[in-house]
Amino acid sequence: MSEAPYTEQELMVAVASREIRDGDLVFVGMRLPILAYAVARNSHAPTARGLFEVGLMRDQPATEFLGTMGDPPNVAGALWATRMSNVMALLAQGLVDLGFIGGAEVDRFGNLNTSYVGDPARPKVKLPGSGGGADIAILSRRWVTLMRHERRRLVKDVSFITSPGFGDGSPGWRGRHGLLGGGPAAIITTLCVLRFPLGGGEAYVASVHPGRTFAEVRSETAWDIRAADDMSETPAPTDAELASIRRFDPGGFWTRG
Amino acid sequence: MSMAQAIERFVPDGARVAMGVALEPLIPFAAGHEIIRQRRRDLELVGPISDSLFDQMIGAGCVRQVTAAWVGNVSEGLGHCYRRAAEQGIPRSIVIHDHTNFSIALALWAAAWNAPYIPSRTPLGSDILNRNPGLEMDGDLVRVHAVRPDVAIVHVQRCDAEGHAQAWGPMGITEEAGLAASSVIITCEDLVDPAVVLRHPNRVLFPETKVAAVVREPGGAHPSPVQGYFNRDHAFYRDYAQASRTREGFDAWLEQWVLDLPDRSTYLSRIDLGALRMSDE
Repeated sequence: MSEAPYTEQELMVAVASREIRDGDLVFVGMRLPILAYAVARNSHAPTARGLFEVGLMRDQPATEFLGTMGDPPNVAGALWATRMSNVMALLAQGLVDLGFIGGAEVDRFGNLNTSYVGDPARPKVKLPGSGGGADIAILSRRWVTLMRHERRRLVKDVSFITSPGFGDGSPGWRGRHGLLGGGPAAIITTLCVLRFPLGGGEAYVASVHPGRTFAEVRSETAWDIRAADDMSETPAPTDAELASIRRFDPGGFWTRG
Repeated sequence: MSMAQAIERFVPDGARVAMGVALEPLIPFAAGHEIIRQRRRDLELVGPISDSLFDQMIGAGCVRQVTAAWVGNVSEGLGHCYRRAAEQGIPRSIVIHDHTNFSIALALWAAAWNAPYIPSRTPLGSDILNRNPGLEMDGDLVRVHAVRPDVAIVHVQRCDAEGHAQAWGPMGITEEAGLAASSVIITCEDLVDPAVVLRHPNRVLFPETKVAAVVREPGGAHPSPVQGYFNRDHAFYRDYAQASRTREGFDAWLEQWVLDLPDRSTYLSRIDLGALRMSDE
């Protein structure tokens, strides 16, 4: 492992970038998804556009390190600097193709918890909260989350649904509750890629990362997770993807931490 | 007006205060630190995300309630003082009204328009609905009830003495927060002649009738970025995250950077602002 040609985070960024399609309007978020957007834009999605809830639209990714989406390098070269409500207007109209959401905990139906671990009235851990996560989960056409694969994070049922995925997993849950978008498309972890049945339901393992095994995934997942009939190995990051990642995270702040 | 006077007059104990409304940029840290120095108590803080400022004010014991979408440290993660307050009641227990970024914007727009609420699809399906009495189901939609701050504190690049403020870069929920609030305190990098700002009246943020105080406070948003002036001081946020992991560490940080300093200029004398200054504008 010490001689691995890429880090777990670099693999996750490469996989996330492949979720971005050319022409997509992407609600980018922070951390690894910013790098994923940069990689996609420089390879297979040259006409994708990025939206940032702070109030920005970009085509080219920022060329300097970003600690937050509101940093001056993310404003330099922006196509639109505006108020958050204007960006949210596009989201509310169903015009955002893909959103990225960070999560501390996710369950088998793709619901994310970023609010409270344990009883909200007396939480064991108070997490920072929704930010724009719930808005993206409810209103974007599809969304993706990236997470370290650990039993305490991939839980059977989250104790608090901050950002709804497929709710209780019953068919049509999102539609019945008035949620506009299609819900989670993938959970990208440090071990594998999870996907969902068409129309929602329980997550399954679509591909396992190189060097990892389905047994590892099972032991690090807190529900009895199933494999897809055609489960495959996640394609490793290409040289071009790695070069792109390292260009946008030269110090390795996000991908070598 | 000096920062001390503005806070003394317009931020009483128990006030509902909107801050950090441009999200990561233009956070009025100098105003927040003056509030801490003046030992304000029982405040309700209103904002979208808060990149460490709310965490500091909670840790200093100024806060009774948080009405926000996110409280933490954007580049470092968790807000340790927020955690201690929510989990252990240290230094005091707080009430949390969770929002999403979109719903807090709608709550402020509702107040700005003097509407009781705005119907919304967000946050349908989220347990946030069960935790915040200001979010209520109404048929298939959510009523996002108005949130009206007593005062909004807004840091901008430039303003004249009459309160014609101009800011640039992404604006977050600045305009709705200022319009919703009963009054606005402006803190600014440059205090300019009215002719400078009134040459571009479209870009004036608020009606002068809303602005109660204008405070010239260059560097008043450090360590947050100010478009055209300063980049974000990532290392300062990292050091704060480290220091605030324990209550003792936070208390020492607060003494060093807030309580033992008479004013902002003393604070700035300990920062290398030149290294953060943007060179291209």
